[in-house]
Amino acid sequence: MTQLKSSMAGTVFTVNVAVGEQVAAGQVVIVLESMKMEIPVEAETAGIVTAINVNVGDFVNENDVLITLGE
Amino acid sequence: MVEKVEYNKDLDSKLKEIFAGGHPKYHERLKEQNKLFARDRLALLFDNGEYTEDGRFANYEAGDLPADGVVTAMGKVNGQTVCVMANDSTVKAGSWGAKTVEKIIRIQEIAEKNRVPMLYLVDSAGARITDQLEMFPNRRGAGKIFHNQVRLSGFIPQICILFGPSAAGGAYIPAFCDLLIMVEGNASMYLGSPRMAEKVIGEKVTLEQMGGARMHCSISGCGDVLAANEEEAIAEARRYLEYFPANYTEKPAVKETIEAKAGRTLEAIIPENQNAPFDMYEAIDALIDEGSFFDVKKLFAPEIITGLARIEGQPVGIIANQPKVKGGVLFVDSADKATKFINLCDAFSIPLLFLADVPGFMIGTSVERAGIIRHGAKLIMAMSSATVPKISVIVRKAYGAGLYAMAGPAFEPDVCIALPTAQIAVMGPEAAVNAVYSNKIESIEDPKEKLAFVQEKHREYKEEIDIYKMASEMIIDDIIEPSDLRSVLADRFRLYSTKEIAQAPRKHPVYPV
Repeated sequence: MTQLKSSMAGTVFTVNVAVGEQVAAGQVVIVLESMKMEIPVEAETAGIVTAINVNVGDFVNENDVLITLGE
Repeated sequence: MVEKVEYNKDLDSKLKEIFAGGHPKYHERLKEQNKLFARDRLALLFDNGEYTEDGRFANYEAGDLPADGVVTAMGKVNGQTVCVMANDSTVKAGSWGAKTVEKIIRIQEIAEKNRVPMLYLVDSAGARITDQLEMFPNRRGAGKIFHNQVRLSGFIPQICILFGPSAAGGAYIPAFCDLLIMVEGNASMYLGSPRMAEKVIGEKVTLEQMGGARMHCSISGCGDVLAANEEEAIAEARRYLEYFPANYTEKPAVKETIEAKAGRTLEAIIPENQNAPFDMYEAIDALIDEGSFFDVKKLFAPEIITGLARIEGQPVGIIANQPKVKGGVLFVDSADKATKFINLCDAFSIPLLFLADVPGFMIGTSVERAGIIRHGAKLIMAMSSATVPKISVIVRKAYGAGLYAMAGPAFEPDVCIALPTAQIAVMGPEAAVNAVYSNKIESIEDPKEKLAFVQEKHREYKEEIDIYKMASEMIIDDIIEPSDLRSVLADRFRLYSTKEIAQAPRKHPVYPV
């Protein structure tokens, strides 16, 4: 199980995957918006999305868990 | 008469004993750990594996401490003489006794007198407690090694390759070097070991978490290069040294031009939408000689890229925002990373190239509490004090203090060049319009009217900060086609190669951090 965390404070701009979806390493799964910039969040490893912890528009802090990936 | 052929026949066997290092069981242990013997490391480091050694008989009379656990030598790397100390971990785990310390001090003194780079090949358990009075607190004790390192900093290049542990006080050897290369899996540095941490503060932690190579290269920022194995670590040290002169009085060598890597044009790489991410590494590839990039702190604070490279053979230090990571926003760690890199390049006459695409310094409570203002001030001070040729390229946006940190016009870059996509402002259009007109925007009830108002203000704002207007006002020096940037930079760096600015009459600035 891997948790993808926010690298910086910002808001969730888009959620690009759904629970149950297979993702590849390096795939952009969420885009945050911070400092007026789009911040892509990539999956560090391949896996299946087991939980999405945020919704579009949510404020997230640095290190908040965004998505959980399973085997 | 028979000519005398044997003369002090003990010498040969004694040297053999010394060159063999510690007990064979410790050599076996090295193999298990994928580590090389100190003398084999030296053979890989030096041109043709040749070196001249000092203090071979140090502590010979102790019987079981060949060379007292450290090899000190001079030899050539890329044809340039360097001095080296290499801990031998087969001898009492590479620990430092009185003679070990004296040998290290002496090789530092030789490096200073001959004005040549000093390399530290570290693999040591730390101080020999049994020898502490002779090696720890005295005038020529271990403290003197660090004192020498500080005095030599910026005088000659100093590099550390960490192959094993570097514990407690010993961890300051890598800390005072210009560059630290760490071998993944084996290198570690920490003030207190995990065992000590458990006893003293009750923390349970692994060595890798506490002070492993990957941790230091990605989180603490103590490490600069993470190497997969010892051979790679040594090869990286050799490659790094190619960019440096022997000492601060000389200039780094210019080499033959190698064409830039074939790939997309900068026009294709850089999106016109200021907020959209792109990979700055791809843009750097289009500017530099192929294969010439030496990434410093690649894994640490990756929202800023710092690396050595060549443009038409000329060495340059590149500081570039990376819009792909954290939007290229500057943080405490990014400021730290860029500050040390600028100081490094400036010390050894390596010109600086700033590639700006930066929304500014991060805002919010978390970074304010971490002291982002003083860390930002530190970066701006380093950039501002650098006297080497400095070229500032505004790639896309350069907002707020981000413009300052990236050698904006006020900081006397030799030239400030904008690409047509450049946008210089206190803040971006969205934030600025909100800041100035927020009351007015809120008071408009009709959503269509509101949108029209905001769009009109955005348009006005963009006109105000139009890059051609900035050029007309002589804020920036020139606007050029992205495809021409490589050759423009090469020409400009050649033109500025004779730059010399006198230092302000003072000892040194009062550093903000």
